[in-house]
Amino acid sequence: MTCIIIDDEETSRVILNQLCSEVPDLDMIEQFSNAMSAIKFLNKNDIDLIFLDIHMPDFSGFDFIQTLKNPPRIILTTSDQSLALTAFEYDSVIDYLVKPIERPRFEKAIVKAKSFVAAPKAVASTESSNNEKQGDSAKTLYVNIDRTLIKIETDSINVIKAEGDYILIKTHEKEYKVHSTLKKIVDKLPNDPFFHVHRSYIINLSRIVDIEDNTILIEKNVIPISRSKRPELMRRLNLL
Amino acid sequence: MPKPNFNYIKQLSNGDLAFENKLLEVLARELPIEIKEFENNITSGKLTDAASNVHKLKHKISLLGMQESYLIAQDFEENLKNNRTDLHKVFVQILKKMITFLNHIENHRI
Repeated sequence: MTCIIIDDEETSRVILNQLCSEVPDLDMIEQFSNAMSAIKFLNKNDIDLIFLDIHMPDFSGFDFIQTLKNPPRIILTTSDQSLALTAFEYDSVIDYLVKPIERPRFEKAIVKAKSFVAAPKAVASTESSNNEKQGDSAKTLYVNIDRTLIKIETDSINVIKAEGDYILIKTHEKEYKVHSTLKKIVDKLPNDPFFHVHRSYIINLSRIVDIEDNTILIEKNVIPISRSKRPELMRRLNLL
Repeated sequence: MPKPNFNYIKQLSNGDLAFENKLLEVLARELPIEIKEFENNITSGKLTDAASNVHKLKHKISLLGMQESYLIAQDFEENLKNNRTDLHKVFVQILKKMITFLNHIENHRI
C-alpha cells in the first residue's frame, strides 16, 4: 500500500513518517507541506492512501479533497475534534486522527485503510453528473436584444458578467447586454469549457491567460475567484 | 501550570533515540517561527490569523505533554475567533515555558 502525507507542519510530518515506517507493507512515497504540490504529484502518480491535514493556510484539506477527480483513500489528521462529522461527508475519507496521534489509534486506522484499499474505489459522483450535463452542450446561443434574436457561438464567449437585471456577454469582438440572469444562461451553456467562477461571473476556461492569487485574467478582464469555487476550478485545470 | 515533559514523545518513539532527537530538533526549529507569526498577527490585530496560529501551536503543546495548557490554548483559540484576546497573557506564559524547555534540552545535547 502506497501513501503520501500532506501537512504544513513539519513536526506532524516527522511523526506520521515515523509511524508509517513501522508498518511493514506501507510505502511512504512523498511528503508535502502544501496541497498544491500534492495535486501536481497526484496528477502524475497513483497512490492508495493520503494522510491529510485539514487545517492548512490558503487551501484546506477539505478544499483539497474537492479538487480530486477520483481521490484515493484519505485519513484526515487534525487537532480539531469538532470537524469529524464534516469529514465523513466525503466518500474518500475513511478515518480521522486527532493530533497528537496515539500509536494504537494510528494502527487501527491502518487496519481500516488496508481493508478499504483492497475494496474497489468509488468514483466521485460530481464527475459523472458533470459528464451527463456535457452531453446537452449547445454550440450556439440566441439572445434577445431589442426584439432581435442574435446568434452567438458559445465558443466565442470569453466572459459573462452579471450587471443588475442584465448580463453582459463578452466575446473577443463584441459585448452583448441581455436582460437575463447568470442562473438562466448557465443552464444553456455546456459545462465544458464554461465555469461559474464567482457569483457575478461565468468564464470560458479555454480563454484563461493566467491565474494569480484569487483572480483570473481573460483578455483584459480581471475576474475574481470565489473561495468556494477555487477547488473545483483547480480540479478542472490541466495542472502540470 | 504543568511543566513540559517527554511523556508523549517517549511513548511515541518506542525507544528510538534517533527519532526522538529528530522530533525535538524540528520542534525547536518550528516553534519560534510559529510564535513569531502569532505575535505579529496579535500586534497587527489579525485575530482570525492568530487563532490559526494557536491552532497549530496547540499540537506542539500536546506533544510536550501539557494537557491543561492545551485546554487553555483551546479556549484562547475560540476567544480569538470571537475577536477577543482573553487568556493572551496566560497563553504567552505557556509558550515561554515551552521555549525554555526546548532550549534547555538543546543546550544539554550540545
